[in-house]
Amino acid sequence: MNFAVIGQNIVKLWLKYWDKFLITGMEYTLSLAALTVFFGAIIGSMIALMRMSKIPPLRWIAAVYTELIRGTPMLLQLYLFYFALPQLIPFLNRKQYLCVAIALICNSAAYVSEIIRSGIQAVDIGQTEAARSLGMSKSLTMTEIILPQAVKNILPALCNEFIMITKDTSLASTFFIGDLMTQVLLVKGATYLTFEPLVIAAAIYFVVTFILSKLVALLERRMRRGDIR
Amino acid sequence: MWWSNLFKNLSPASFFNFSFLPKYGSYFWKGIAYTLLLAVVSVLLAIIPALLLAMMRLSKNKVVKGLSGAYIAVFRSTPLLVQLSIIYFGLFGAVSIPRITVLGFVDISRFIPGVVALALNSSAYVAEIFRGGILAVDIGQTEASRSLGLNAWSTMRLVVLPQAIKNVLPALANEIITMVKESSICSMLGMVELMFAAKTVASTTYISLGPYVVAAVIYFCINYPASKGIEAIERRMRRGDKQ
Repeated sequence: MNFAVIGQNIVKLWLKYWDKFLITGMEYTLSLAALTVFFGAIIGSMIALMRMSKIPPLRWIAAVYTELIRGTPMLLQLYLFYFALPQLIPFLNRKQYLCVAIALICNSAAYVSEIIRSGIQAVDIGQTEAARSLGMSKSLTMTEIILPQAVKNILPALCNEFIMITKDTSLASTFFIGDLMTQVLLVKGATYLTFEPLVIAAAIYFVVTFILSKLVALLERRMRRGDIR
Repeated sequence: MWWSNLFKNLSPASFFNFSFLPKYGSYFWKGIAYTLLLAVVSVLLAIIPALLLAMMRLSKNKVVKGLSGAYIAVFRSTPLLVQLSIIYFGLFGAVSIPRITVLGFVDISRFIPGVVALALNSSAYVAEIFRGGILAVDIGQTEASRSLGLNAWSTMRLVVLPQAIKNVLPALANEIITMVKESSICSMLGMVELMFAAKTVASTTYISLGPYVVAAVIYFCINYPASKGIEAIERRMRRGDKQ
């Protein structure tokens, strides 16, 4: 390994293609991650409510869904959705980005539902008992007493999910949807350099996710501050 | 085989077209073995470095602490695909490994880079598991053993670690399950594990969904019972605490 040459190549590549990596690539990566977590949170909260409902079939469906998604690798889910969705919904034919986004959303919905469920269950049962004894209805207890306290547990974990998804979008590059890893493949094809674009991508991923995770830690501390009196 | 007549005349794009199974079933068996080997070996290899990293992270020396913190941060905040590619093309582009086939289906020139990358990645995660496990042991245990005259190293080895193992083992088993799933990424670099088997069968037979469905079922049948088993063991272990 000649480190001097590698270093020179990295600098050269960065000067020539920095906009591809930093602007195009990150735009796709971060927008895909944001889209995934947003819709994943909506669908995930529905699944979490189903999982905790009194009606057994709803509970079973939600349990089977989460276990199936959590038991199989994400790459496999991407392949399955990518090849199956256009068959089931003709509208999605040749819309790679949408297919990949739907696969990521379905994946993250399962994980988010577990986050929300554990967040709600972490709220002391005494809170529910007290609210019910004071004559509040079940839905009122949920919206006024439980959820405001659960949000404190859920929000930091949801931000962590965003960070995880930011890393997981790199798998979507198998289908060339334009994210950072796709840009690596494109630059690799244009310059015949395999190693150097990867180093640049790793550096960008590291900076972004590291800063985000520090921000999440800050948020977590801020949210916990209210607890200790 | 008895099942060969079960699903006849299905389109290649059907979910339930499993007509490839009699001919290509052996691909999946080898894929399962490769996946399990990859996952178990990489987590076992990760244990020693992870223990070292966890100890470094808990040490009083700022430099040692920072080094281990940097390693963990780097490996936890970059995607596994990027790490794998860097180690595969960078490190093992410079160090060449002879093409020797072990156990009949493992080509070590591809297996070793994959295992090294997965082990480096999982040592960062396992280090955090160990750190959590060690910190979860009551501080009173350390204080008591130090008061009884054991030095710091003996306290760690004889008092804290044996208790920490109880917290750590279920999480370590869960890490193996995670690795079974994550190792599917190795298929992108040509390691012939389960995902690669599914891709190969799909592209040779032009059956676009069946192989992936089979692979998904296999992954689920490995991961789901394993995670339920771990949950049961965890419950069983926790019962010992309440005496």
